[in-house]
Amino acid sequence: MTANTHADGATPTDASGGGEDVPSIDLPTAAIDALARAPNDDERSPTLAVDGFRIASDDDADTYIFETSEGRRTGLSRETLAEAAREHAVVVSDWYVFEHVVDDEGPRGAFLRWLEGATERLDRLDRPNRPDRPDDRLDGHPEDGDAREPREPIRDRYASLATGVTREWGELRITVTLADDGTRRYEIRHADATGIDRDHLESHEDPRTARSIAKHDADGRYRPLKTAPTLPTGWVFPELDARGCYETVETFYPATVANWDRERRGALDVSHWHETMARQTGIYGVIETWDRGEGHEHVEWVAETCCADSQCLKRREWEYDADTPLSVDGGDGVFPCREPCSLVVSAARQWTKLESEAERTYEFDLTPSEKEQVEAIIDAVADGRVGEIREADVYEGANRYRTRFLRAKRFDDDGNLCGIPTDPDEGTTVE
Amino acid sequence: MQSLVIVAHGSHLNPDSSAPTYDHADTIREAGAFEAVHTGFWKEEPHLREVLRTVESDEVYVVPLFVSEGYFTEQVIPRELRLEGWDVDRWESDGLSADQATLTATDTGQTVHYCGPVGTHEAMTDVVVRRAETVTGDPDVGEGFGLAVVGHGTERNENSAKAIEYHADRIRETGRFDEVKALYMDEEPEVDDVTDHFTATDVVVVPLFIADGFHTQEDIPEDMGLTDDYRTGYDVPTTVDGHRIWYAGAVGTEPLLADVVLERAADAGADVDEAVETVRRETRVAAGRP
Repeated sequence: MTANTHADGATPTDASGGGEDVPSIDLPTAAIDALARAPNDDERSPTLAVDGFRIASDDDADTYIFETSEGRRTGLSRETLAEAAREHAVVVSDWYVFEHVVDDEGPRGAFLRWLEGATERLDRLDRPNRPDRPDDRLDGHPEDGDAREPREPIRDRYASLATGVTREWGELRITVTLADDGTRRYEIRHADATGIDRDHLESHEDPRTARSIAKHDADGRYRPLKTAPTLPTGWVFPELDARGCYETVETFYPATVANWDRERRGALDVSHWHETMARQTGIYGVIETWDRGEGHEHVEWVAETCCADSQCLKRREWEYDADTPLSVDGGDGVFPCREPCSLVVSAARQWTKLESEAERTYEFDLTPSEKEQVEAIIDAVADGRVGEIREADVYEGANRYRTRFLRAKRFDDDGNLCGIPTDPDEGTTVE
Repeated sequence: MQSLVIVAHGSHLNPDSSAPTYDHADTIREAGAFEAVHTGFWKEEPHLREVLRTVESDEVYVVPLFVSEGYFTEQVIPRELRLEGWDVDRWESDGLSADQATLTATDTGQTVHYCGPVGTHEAMTDVVVRRAETVTGDPDVGEGFGLAVVGHGTERNENSAKAIEYHADRIRETGRFDEVKALYMDEEPEVDDVTDHFTATDVVVVPLFIADGFHTQEDIPEDMGLTDDYRTGYDVPTTVDGHRIWYAGAVGTEPLLADVVLERAADAGADVDEAVETVRRETRVAAGRP
């Protein structure tokens, strides 16, 4: 995993490790058309502070005014405006991509901005009503523009995009690059496939293919939890557009972008354990009874069991209740978990039933090695390592032969450990 | 800008449970009536609780891919979607007639047209018949055939049997099949005795279930005597007690079900006329395509 697994605006990796050259952009006609319409569009008109340029129309003369921090040009015809735009193709294309191609100020737009490290654009999303606008008019105070100097961040970002900017999202590795016309291309592959030649990966175009990739793990077992760290590798979406990138990510990890965006804006609504279980009805209504005892140790066990990074890539943000945090770690995932999921609820129902049983004292005779072997078997199953234990590795307690030997020696014909019945009323079955 | 959200049960154990939901969503997406078509689940992701926040539109049609009105459509789905002011009386339903209620989702502020389940819509009758056409490969199947519509039974919910009887009655009234019966897994008349209920040699059996799973792939085939062990499979048709049983599997996997989803949205005010035509045209059964 690379270091970019936090939503805190950390700089994404630059795939080239260098990338100082700002690429030349062949500005598409659609971008120039959009630019010519911009003076009449309050919502999408570029600003010096964020976009690095601004444009206005001089209605009397039927001409345009085009201004950057380097200077101001007036009396531009549609043709000379196009020339000015091409001279500043980087900033114009960046404005065009986010305002007209991405065209979203919600979670999707925030995610696509974050992917390429467009922090100045993310910042603007977070400011309601774009407060940069009132003092950013052409008839305002142009000298203010210098203090906000947006040009270099955009050019630096383009230089990085020319070679590829990479972020990780769960087990996904997403690399953004520039097309010749300044629009973005997104490559998505498994993080474990880093450095593998594309030709050696199965290539896909349709975001919906992600559904079948995510359905089973590498061993062919159904993955009921999309954010389990068991996504198989060996595939690539080599050339997605902005919409396709978002849809692919949403298919692999549904709703993660929406919740990440809420968290990023400080608006994540967390439903803690207690309220989530209190909401359950039907066969899940029983879980609420688990909370009637003293303390919340049982919830600590549930979180340790289900919500560790080894089991789920979401970062658990829910606690026992708003005033009672859990002591177990919530994990380091880039996207948050805002309430106990349906798998936790289903498992909790079963634990509620099992945990209602009173404890009993059983007496077993085991050798010290057998006791340790029982512990090793539990560890191996809990950590999902059973399949890794080699056929003939009888030094491992959870090895199949070792376990069969233990069963042959210690189980009676009814499967009772050391012949001790589970229900004491049944009496002992062996002498 | 209108979007569609198809909500379904999903499963932690059965990978095929979500397949019909995705298939019908894809069909409707390709028909192009909605800005976007989303799916949400009780047991899979995105969860019902979070699906609306993945939808960019302000106006959302929510269609439950469930066979009958009951616990899920009346309690679980509205609660998890956080539909403000929901009350089952909003549907004014007798158990079969839920159409739609327009509410606001408190989580997102979206306007939600919450529709009745697909299973009780009159267009579902056509899907049961289409399923019979599909499994026999005969677009004119009917004469000389019996048809059994199979439901789970009343275990917890009397509306479940109502939906089965509703479609069986409607098909019977058309006179297309020699005999039409409603049968159940858990109550009389039972699907186990399917051959006792028909004089026709050929009987098509269509379970009114959304997805193939434990009940439709294991219980019902074994109960009817199509096979001793579901893992070894069965032929279509299989001869049991002198009857040829054409077992169709879950009706919810039939492509025409996408039409019922659209009808539900249309009844709630969605503009989907062209999409309905497209879906009906593209899901037709060609002769000899079992």
